[in-house]
Amino acid sequence: MTAHGWITDVLILLPLAGGLLVWLVPMPRVWIAPTALLIALFEIGFWVESLVRFDFDQGGLQESSRLSWLDDLGVSYHVGMFEGFTVWLVGLTVVVLAASIAYGLWSRRDRPRAYYGLMLFLTGAIVGVFTSQDLLLFYVFWEAMLIPLYVLIGVWGGPGRSGATIKFVIYTMVGSLLMLAAVIVYGLQAGTFSMIDGGTNASSWIFLGFAAAFIVKAPLFPFHGWLPDAYRESPAEVSAVLSGVVSKAAAFGFLRICFSLFPAGVHDFRTPILVLSATGLVYGSLLAFRAPDIRGVIAYSSLAQMGLIVLGLFATNNLGINGAVLQMVNHGLISAVLFMLAGAVERRTSTGRLDRLGGMARGRPALATVLMTIGVIALAVPGSSAFAGEFAILAGVFQQGWMYAVIGAVAIILAAAYVLRLISAVLHRAPGTAVTESALDLRPAELAIVVPLIGLLLFLSAWPAAITDRVIG
Amino acid sequence: MIAAVERPPVDWFALSPELSLLAAAGICLLAAVLVPAGARRATAALVGAGGFAAAFVFAVLLYDRSPDGESIIGGVIRRDRFGAMAALIIAGVGFAAVWISYAEPLKEHTAEYYSLLAAAGAGMIFLAHANSLMTLFLGLEWFSISLYILCAIDRERERSLEAGLKYLIVGGFGSAVLLFGSAFVYGSTGQLQFEKIADAVGAQNLAHDSMLLFGLAMILAGLGFKVSAAPFHMWTPDVYEGAPSPVTAFMSAATKVAALMLMLRVLFTAFPQEARSWTIAVAVLACASLAVGNLAALVQTRVKRLLAYSSISHAGFMLIAIASNNELGAKALVYYLIPYSAMSLGAFGVVAARERELGGREVTLENLAGMGWERPLLGVSMWAFMLGFAGLPPTGGFLGKFYVFSAAYDRGWLWLVIVGIAATAVSLYYYLAVIRALYLRPSAELQFAAGGQPPRDILLNLGVLACFVVTVGSFFAAGPLLDLAGKAVQTL
Repeated sequence: MTAHGWITDVLILLPLAGGLLVWLVPMPRVWIAPTALLIALFEIGFWVESLVRFDFDQGGLQESSRLSWLDDLGVSYHVGMFEGFTVWLVGLTVVVLAASIAYGLWSRRDRPRAYYGLMLFLTGAIVGVFTSQDLLLFYVFWEAMLIPLYVLIGVWGGPGRSGATIKFVIYTMVGSLLMLAAVIVYGLQAGTFSMIDGGTNASSWIFLGFAAAFIVKAPLFPFHGWLPDAYRESPAEVSAVLSGVVSKAAAFGFLRICFSLFPAGVHDFRTPILVLSATGLVYGSLLAFRAPDIRGVIAYSSLAQMGLIVLGLFATNNLGINGAVLQMVNHGLISAVLFMLAGAVERRTSTGRLDRLGGMARGRPALATVLMTIGVIALAVPGSSAFAGEFAILAGVFQQGWMYAVIGAVAIILAAAYVLRLISAVLHRAPGTAVTESALDLRPAELAIVVPLIGLLLFLSAWPAAITDRVIG
Repeated sequence: MIAAVERPPVDWFALSPELSLLAAAGICLLAAVLVPAGARRATAALVGAGGFAAAFVFAVLLYDRSPDGESIIGGVIRRDRFGAMAALIIAGVGFAAVWISYAEPLKEHTAEYYSLLAAAGAGMIFLAHANSLMTLFLGLEWFSISLYILCAIDRERERSLEAGLKYLIVGGFGSAVLLFGSAFVYGSTGQLQFEKIADAVGAQNLAHDSMLLFGLAMILAGLGFKVSAAPFHMWTPDVYEGAPSPVTAFMSAATKVAALMLMLRVLFTAFPQEARSWTIAVAVLACASLAVGNLAALVQTRVKRLLAYSSISHAGFMLIAIASNNELGAKALVYYLIPYSAMSLGAFGVVAARERELGGREVTLENLAGMGWERPLLGVSMWAFMLGFAGLPPTGGFLGKFYVFSAAYDRGWLWLVIVGIAATAVSLYYYLAVIRALYLRPSAELQFAAGGQPPRDILLNLGVLACFVVTVGSFFAAGPLLDLAGKAVQTL
């Protein structure tokens, strides 16, 4: 059993070790960022290897590795790939984190040792969240995500970062601590903390403890108070990670933990969670339409999209879940690209306010093309991967009540409205006061970061079944 | 004719950690007189460190060779792995405290300082071995008197004197309360030894005897002063703030180890029949400490006071373990004390370093600004200590809290888990404030050290590094450490 799982260990330990290496080993300053990027690219390589090894038809837990840790309470270091969706989410993580590290390299973050060390540490922690098969280990990685994020936002963030970090940490920690209580109660009742051996538990309270953490982290309406500040004040690439990957950890938590361990809780609380998600979907879309700045639009659209994803999950049928997993990958890539483009625009105009932007398409064909392409995918035109995901989600949730599908469809129209508003406010109209003639088009380095991500999205648009057929074996 | 007093056989080996520390204390005192002033500090520090190292080695041997607990020397001392474990932690703390103390700018009494440090360590270990109300009181006074003097040793500073005096008065009061309670227990049961008290209570059916319960309550209150549990915590912030930082570092870590482990021993071995009463009393103390410690820490700006309130709140967490009254709780307490003492020692060590850098000025959240970037080792260590205090992985503080909560849940007290979790959520705010001060201030606000070369204080850095390693290492090596703790608890 242990012999097979080296690839999962490597996926977790390589970035953690890489983070230590970047942080501690003396090397010339200019080497630090490339070293970190190289490690992130190797990480992608190992992920491809795990993709090849994973038998999607068989499903279940594969590539697992287990070491005993706290014997008396039945806690172990147990990691592995559980079902196909884990593979896809790990893939999303390594790709987005590598892109973010590349973006950091290109924007020449100061204090590079700490910066890249933390980015790699974050990569390892997120991969750990996705691959843990033990609840306490899951909790450890879950909290370990918070530590680098806190510093990354707090040190390299925008002017309002101090308040943003406090809000972010307090919100998410309150949710997490409730989860810790639930973990303890579950583990002591089951006599083991293993997700594989522990069996199901019918207690609503335990379910709610876990759900609290996931609802805050996703976030679902009305627990999104931290979201606009954190997404606005983070460095662009950290926002990309936050909204692209970290929020998916919450959706993953529902899918991996709540669905397999607390089916009774999922059944009992399906309606309230569906209602919250649907509300968040509409509310987020409306706020995105009214947001005064680029990051605001992306942040609230992220709230809406997480609502949609959770809607798909809590359809609790294959169609909805397959669509939700596809949409997690889609939205992860889309919001990563959007935040990086937002960062690129802000760097050129030193503002993100839409009323001071405009007319950037003229003389900047690359920016215009990239933003249009990603915008078209984001608003889910038929044929795009987002369309496939959203369609599957709506078809799935229809079985829980036609109302949810109608609300979802309305929200998709709203999505078209806010995306088009964003595109026209940045690219079209008369040039805004903040847009000078000298503001450059996207540089080749920036294109090299976002174009591969868009390429992945186009690939998924052509073949969405690559993921939807390989979610649960 | 004087009747022949039957002298009990003395198991010197069981007392070897205390004896090696006493020897070190004695040599340091001689050094204060005989060694020329120039070499005095180095000699005394070396002897002190040697004493603690020897105590550590003897404690390891004692742990190894006491697989079954036994009461020795007429039953007043307990030789078991539980006591040996306490000795291990205290000796480790003392050893690192010597390093942290070395560069402390004390003008005089440097040799006496190490002598008192070793004597205090010996008293604490003796207390952890105590098996009778007499030896308990003896050990308590032994280390307390050493600490009173240590707090006031910086005679140039008014605050240090004030701290010593305050600690003396409040501590003396606490000891008196404890003695008072012991007298009541003796009056009720006619016994001083812990097991015999329990036997007498069982034989004479005294479990609801009001005199005994009153005595027990007084003993709890007296120990509450020493572990700085609310509502007996009033002295803590002032004394921790006023005492020289290395003394605070030692005191905050080692006193808690000795007093909490002794509290567990007394309650488990002498008063098992009264568990219904004392579990509730201890749980109330725990809740009060969590509330007072965390809420008061929120508004602190001086780092030492903040850490003092944090230590009150941690007394609360560890009291939850005792209140659980089960084997898991006892194990949780022993395990928790390992990362806790490292974090506490290390955090005050970092404060000491900053104080020296600022020329003795008080360390506030303001003037910690940017320290994380200027002093990478101290910054990262302090970061780890704060994460550990807040109970975040990857530190032993996280697993300590996890075990404490598990023990309380095992006892059936989910409400106590909820209280602990609420307290943890509140505590995040002020622990993050320290990290914010270290790393997140914009560079325009940074206050760099006042001129000159930064002090190169290798010994202090090593001490803090050791604390960092224990803090993080106790997370990864939790399995073996919990195994040690579990075996220690079984010999209780």
